[in-house]
Amino acid sequence: MTYMPQISRRSFVASVAALGGGLALGFHLPTGATPAGAATRDGEVNAWVVIQPDDTVIIRVARSEMGQGIITALPMLVAEELGCDWSKVRAEFPDADENLRRQRAWGDMATGGSRSVRGSQEYLRKAGAAAREMLVEAAAQQWDVPAAECQAAKGVITHKPSGRSLRFGEVAEAATKLPPPSEPKLKDPKDWSLLGTSQKRLDTVDKVTGKPIFGIDVRVPNMLYAAIVQSPVFGGTPKSFDEAKVRGFKGVRQVVPLPNAVAVVADSWWQAKQAADALPVTWDEGPNGKVSSADIDELLRGGLAGAEAAVVRKNGDIDAALAKAVKRVEAQYAAPFLSHATMEPQNCTAHVTADKVEVWVPTQSGEGALAAAAAAAEVAPEKVVLHKAMLGGGFGRRGAVQDYVHQAVRIAKVVGQPVKLLWTREEDVRHDFYRPAAMAKFTAGLDAAGMPVAWRVRLTSPSIFATLLPQRLTNGVDLAAAGGFTEEMAYDVPNYQVEYAMRTTHVPVGFWRSVNHSQNGFFRECFVDEMAHAAGQDPYQYRRKLLSKDAKRLAVLDAAAQKAGWDEPVPPGLSRGIALVEAYGSLCAQVVEASVGDKGQVRAHRVVAALDTGHVVNPAILQSQVESGIVYGLTAALYGVITIENGRVRQGNFDDYEMLRLAEMPVVETVLVPSGGFWGGGGEPTVPPLAPALCNAIFAASGKRIRSLPLKDQDLKRV
Amino acid sequence: MPRLIINGHTQQVDVDPDTPLLWVLRDTLGLTGTRYGCGIAQCGACTVHIDGVATRSCSVPVGAAEGAQITTIEGLSANDSLHPVQKAWIALDVPQCGYCQSGMIMAVAALLREKPRPSDADIDEAITNICRCGTYARIRAAIHTVATA
Repeated sequence: MTYMPQISRRSFVASVAALGGGLALGFHLPTGATPAGAATRDGEVNAWVVIQPDDTVIIRVARSEMGQGIITALPMLVAEELGCDWSKVRAEFPDADENLRRQRAWGDMATGGSRSVRGSQEYLRKAGAAAREMLVEAAAQQWDVPAAECQAAKGVITHKPSGRSLRFGEVAEAATKLPPPSEPKLKDPKDWSLLGTSQKRLDTVDKVTGKPIFGIDVRVPNMLYAAIVQSPVFGGTPKSFDEAKVRGFKGVRQVVPLPNAVAVVADSWWQAKQAADALPVTWDEGPNGKVSSADIDELLRGGLAGAEAAVVRKNGDIDAALAKAVKRVEAQYAAPFLSHATMEPQNCTAHVTADKVEVWVPTQSGEGALAAAAAAAEVAPEKVVLHKAMLGGGFGRRGAVQDYVHQAVRIAKVVGQPVKLLWTREEDVRHDFYRPAAMAKFTAGLDAAGMPVAWRVRLTSPSIFATLLPQRLTNGVDLAAAGGFTEEMAYDVPNYQVEYAMRTTHVPVGFWRSVNHSQNGFFRECFVDEMAHAAGQDPYQYRRKLLSKDAKRLAVLDAAAQKAGWDEPVPPGLSRGIALVEAYGSLCAQVVEASVGDKGQVRAHRVVAALDTGHVVNPAILQSQVESGIVYGLTAALYGVITIENGRVRQGNFDDYEMLRLAEMPVVETVLVPSGGFWGGGGEPTVPPLAPALCNAIFAASGKRIRSLPLKDQDLKRV
Repeated sequence: MPRLIINGHTQQVDVDPDTPLLWVLRDTLGLTGTRYGCGIAQCGACTVHIDGVATRSCSVPVGAAEGAQITTIEGLSANDSLHPVQKAWIALDVPQCGYCQSGMIMAVAALLREKPRPSDADIDEAITNICRCGTYARIRAAIHTVATA
């Protein structure tokens, strides 16, 4: 059966609108300003750098730490120019409300799009350089010598001619009184001594000793706990619930209805959850209570076939070139909805009083959370105190949407006491903003040499921007949905056309680590393999030919192939696949060595990844990000699928939404090939190449072309 | 009222005996280093030691743990010292987001007590906790550094 999708998530759309207006979404450079009356701390040389008398250097980190290592990498950018002793550096998160009070002294706090380093490196380095110049000037004034005769290194300022020296901690207070330099001078990258070195993470000790650093760990005096049951069908609302059934449950304080959910508040979370499980709720499911994955597939197939689609890139004359081609290659691909499954389920702690709203939350967007809290409490943003906690994973779930903040604040407002709202894993899996389900249809024409002279790309999926950030649409079109096929299309094809047909379902979609590149990388890089096969050519060499004018991309592809030993025989029982993806300003090529067992079981044994991020702040952390992206991509490729039945998500926990485990971890060999001159992202570009490289290896092993994920649902048994 | 021996201290807790140990640790006793991930003993984020055995505390009724020696991440090492597993984790910078790492460390500490020099196969079999950040390779490497130390 088919259905007419209808969206009714009014409260949610309102929350997104509330954080528009530049608060969380605009790109603003930090002002660094301290308005009159705003409290600053002793030794605050500028908004980013606080130096204490004992030489401890506190460096402020505006972005959120969710495992990607920015709590270490961002201070390194400041410290390089500051010339401090790295062993004396501590990192600190300024609160979002402080950012608001100080006219966004720390700029954009949003953490996504692999933007933390590349989006803030320049102003962070300038902040470090400015602070250094002020410290040097303070020392020079104390000695009454020209600042030009003084140098700062390792936290010590030296006056060369006289041999005198002062520690940063001795001049910091004087430096805070000096005017900031208007154009601090940055080092030439060749003179860096800290950037590009593998420094230890600053947060490891807390993470191995179980310190209460995550949002879920927050404890506030008189705190109650809330469990929540959200409408199983997206867009549904609670029609009625029988509070009397749980009134007598031990510890239960209150049942709080919300626009799309019912929450139970109790003395402990377990009591709240028991009552929430037992609470009879009748739902108004809205118009989507019968929708299934089959309906959505049909809708998307319509998107592949339909005449109406936005042409988002067009080179040459596709129809004429296809007509003249010697050989045609055609294929259709599909990728499913995926949930983020952060290890820490969604949660938020809130306390609403007459004069303020205080919130503690693991969020990728401190300012978005602040705006959500203000909207939910119906107060001005200035009334909100927003504490950011560490995130037990983010992956895009905790950024553009702050639904858990809305809920926690609404509940706390009703209850009048601090409340910690915690979702169960099942609520988390079933109430996500999913990686869109998507399909692609390709028609390519090859010339006599087997190279593509024409390539038509039709993509169809729900649009993330249309769902979450309609202001980012271009003439109503989500250009990002074609990510990887437009600006980031690496290959040289003279007649090339990309079309995108938006198809909207009632399933909410959102930013899932590497976003549209995750499915588009799979589609594109598998189809390149299909063209290579049709041309009877080696898939690595075929890509080399398609990149012949592009030294930078070739270098990354070659680095992966060489390290993997592409031209050497594959170990017995294994086969190799390769893929190259450009995303978030970086290039990543991967070679996967995989096996397919008799029963069809797929195993990735070895992954070689080459990554060019331009500059590298901390190679050890970047290597972790490569391993991380590979695990994220491999988990999705092997197991990841969210299916819809009767309007709701079928999967609920790790028993049916499976995760890669240690025993399945491939050997990962990373080659960092930073070519300098630019700053690319690190968190996401490593995800998309894995699935296509793996599926291309499976084709090499079995002759079976995988055009749909996950692999657990594919029949790879040897007959 | 269940009587528990946690990290060497005996404590009485005013909870129903069928409350999962995890929630008694986290919410009643404030030992939040033991973390919730799934509630169905799938992910291991809540791993503690019960009489030395790595156990997923989300699925143990607190009544069943009465009288047993319960060790959480907060009590893995005495005072401010670090357990060899924690030291290895720091040496190799294992954690990323860190959320699952308490459970990982507790699972590994129990494995190493039982098998001081585990093979890769032993590790595969014993360490089935989930990490979404992908720290598995470093976890394996760190286990081997403890085993050979």
